[in-house]
Amino acid sequence: MTEPFRLSASEAAAAVARRDLTASAIVESTLVRIEARNPTLNAYTSLLAARARSKAADIDARIACGEKVGPLAGATYCVKNLFDVEGVTTLAGSKINANNPVAARDASLVRKMEAADAILLGAVNMGEYAYDFTGENVHAGASRNPHDPGHMSGGSSGGSGTAVAAGMATISLGSDTNGSIRVPSSFCGLFGLKPTYGCLSRAGSFPFVGSLDHLGPIARSVDDLALAYDAMQGHDGDDPAQAQRLVEPVVGALLGGLQGLRIARAGGYFARSGEPAAYAAVDTVCAALGVTREVELPEAQRARAAAFLITMAEGAELHLDRLRSRAQDFDPAVRDRLAAGSMLPASWIVRAQKFRRRYRDLVLRLFEEVDLIIAPATPCHAPKSGQATFVLDGAEMPVRPNIGVYTQPISFIGLPVAAVPVWTAGARLPIGVQIIAAPWREDLALRAAHALQQSGVCIAPVAD
Amino acid sequence: MTQDEWDAYIAEAAKLLGLALTDEMRAATRANLETAERMAKLVLDYPLDDHAEIAPVFLA
Repeated sequence: MTEPFRLSASEAAAAVARRDLTASAIVESTLVRIEARNPTLNAYTSLLAARARSKAADIDARIACGEKVGPLAGATYCVKNLFDVEGVTTLAGSKINANNPVAARDASLVRKMEAADAILLGAVNMGEYAYDFTGENVHAGASRNPHDPGHMSGGSSGGSGTAVAAGMATISLGSDTNGSIRVPSSFCGLFGLKPTYGCLSRAGSFPFVGSLDHLGPIARSVDDLALAYDAMQGHDGDDPAQAQRLVEPVVGALLGGLQGLRIARAGGYFARSGEPAAYAAVDTVCAALGVTREVELPEAQRARAAAFLITMAEGAELHLDRLRSRAQDFDPAVRDRLAAGSMLPASWIVRAQKFRRRYRDLVLRLFEEVDLIIAPATPCHAPKSGQATFVLDGAEMPVRPNIGVYTQPISFIGLPVAAVPVWTAGARLPIGVQIIAAPWREDLALRAAHALQQSGVCIAPVAD
Repeated sequence: MTQDEWDAYIAEAAKLLGLALTDEMRAATRANLETAERMAKLVLDYPLDDHAEIAPVFLA
């Protein structure tokens, strides 16, 4: 029999509902897995075994009484340590926040996952204050890539990628400002969903760049992304950027197949600079989806530049007091980018914000003719741990800010993206592809992702 | 801007912002500002008319 920790969230929930397995058995199996793998891989920063066991016992008791349980009953999950978890200090990857009091209540999305009977196992490692694409953290150590611990997990939701790929949780909640769900999904070979900007409530999560911050799930199956996404939808009034929309469930849409979907490959900016593996992965996905058309996202390079500037400036403002009082307690690589961000001329930032709106109008026109756009998620496989530079477009570039070249122009205007994992022929590490949809069409991106999963083109096995 | 011009800018801006920068921080801050300058050139080169507005979250 499959060890319970290997089950996906939907498989676990189905097994628990059928009474083939107890939630407690799944939790115990996963805790053993964490004990075995976490010392090497360094995903968890707070393990909440007692909370997980208590929740599992509650689910098992309700099932024994014949009570109805939620759609994620028996599914384990963890959260990037910028989510508030009652009784735990919200670190956001920092040393500085360790002095803060513990959170008095769970973040909004954690409460929604709880209501669906998902079982929280703990909080996981991340790049400091989410200003990171590597998964490395000077305070907690790097979260490592379970497919090869000598390589980066990707960041900033690095521990999320590590935990899910290693079978130390079925789902992890991450955040994505410029690519921080999609990059670890790519490097760790997972499915990730960055929903539309303003879709899921950010209440009770530590911010980075209010203009660009999104939250979403990472998982080993598209079904699990959809289950988690459906559980987390809903307006709560506590996130000033959250749109007031009705819940639009996607689980029922997954089996819709490819019929009627107009899909194009992103050319231009998205077809240069990357390593061959990035394009081989896009080729594989496009072949499976029958894509023959190419479109060009206009001004993508400028969009990335504008996202870069807004990130620097808003991040700097958020942390200015800490930069004044505790500069030596930051990760130097984060601190010095924030210091520079505090000094940017205001006119640059206002212009970048104005450009954002114009770019949105330009890109949305493309969606009159296509439903989905396919682009690489990262320009390369996971670099080696500690690697400082790589070659992009023939030029040696610093790794840390440049891993997000393909993700930044998309999140800049809040488009929903499903990241899907591809193992190209002979590759020892996976690499991701973005399936990009028009705002609020998560259903279409997940439908295509599901078709790729069904055909075996995109798979996310537990790394052993 | 030249390296010296950036160093002068950083010194004055740090004073204004109340940031105490070490020499190491100054050099890294300059490198980041040089990158930002390249990014800003791309953004500022894009023509926008006087009626272009940002997309604010603020709701009155």
